[in-house]
Amino acid sequence: MSMAVALLAAEAGAGQTMTPVATGFFFYLLSALAIISAILVITRRNPVHCALSLIVTLLSLASLFLMLYAPFVAGVQIMVYAGGIMVLFLFVIMLVNLERALKEEQFNKQWLAGVAVALGLGALFFVVYRNGQNLFPGTPLELPEAQNTQQIGLGLYQNYLLPFEIASLLLLVAIVGAVVMAKKRS
Amino acid sequence: MELTTLHYLVVAAALFIIGTIGVLTRRNVVVILMSIELILNAVNLNLVAFSRLYNGLHGQIFALFIVVDAAAEAAIGLGILIAFFRNRETVNADEIDLLRW
Repeated sequence: MSMAVALLAAEAGAGQTMTPVATGFFFYLLSALAIISAILVITRRNPVHCALSLIVTLLSLASLFLMLYAPFVAGVQIMVYAGGIMVLFLFVIMLVNLERALKEEQFNKQWLAGVAVALGLGALFFVVYRNGQNLFPGTPLELPEAQNTQQIGLGLYQNYLLPFEIASLLLLVAIVGAVVMAKKRS
Repeated sequence: MELTTLHYLVVAAALFIIGTIGVLTRRNVVVILMSIELILNAVNLNLVAFSRLYNGLHGQIFALFIVVDAAAEAAIGLGILIAFFRNRETVNADEIDLLRW
């Protein structure tokens, strides 16, 4: 009986866009996950643990992008960051990993500068966000979600064609530079 | 429970500050590069949130360019790190104090 009701409800709702449920709960869950694992990234001793925490941060940020109706950016975030960049990081960690480095001091003597910069940035963000509250009204909810990828593709190939080509050139230069620098000199 | 853009901006600010602390206080160059990734991701979250606020796609497209930038930066930085490690057998940022040796 309840199944039939659910089916009926699903059929009735199929024609219209889905309304998000429990956005507050998911937002706080995902942001807490992102911030806690970001703190783990900068406090863990072993670089491999840092990399794994960073992957958790990146994945929860990808979910936050989904909550902001940006599925293409979320997919790129997972594929390029969690799939590409983090694998690069883990390979390099394995290449330069030292037993000796794990026993050394992990923090330098600049904690005072770190605290000062954190307080300064925190105060700056606080002042800007408190004074700019009327600049950020409640989020509007109308966005054609279904065509997000198509719209981004059109934007990339029409309005942003020159930056797109420059980005490809940048990647080419980065590949060549990385190979040249990591190559063994005879 | 109504979520506003400000919620996302606060999360991004927290991630940015954590990344800055990591860049300033860690010694391991690999972890410093990871903190830079944190900073770039905080900026990405800001861009996507504003893109949602203003109902456009420019912020999302800019976020894609930042991802490309982060990939290039990670490749170059880790290449430099490998070249350096081959010479000096260390990955600590405060021991990297010579331009040539």
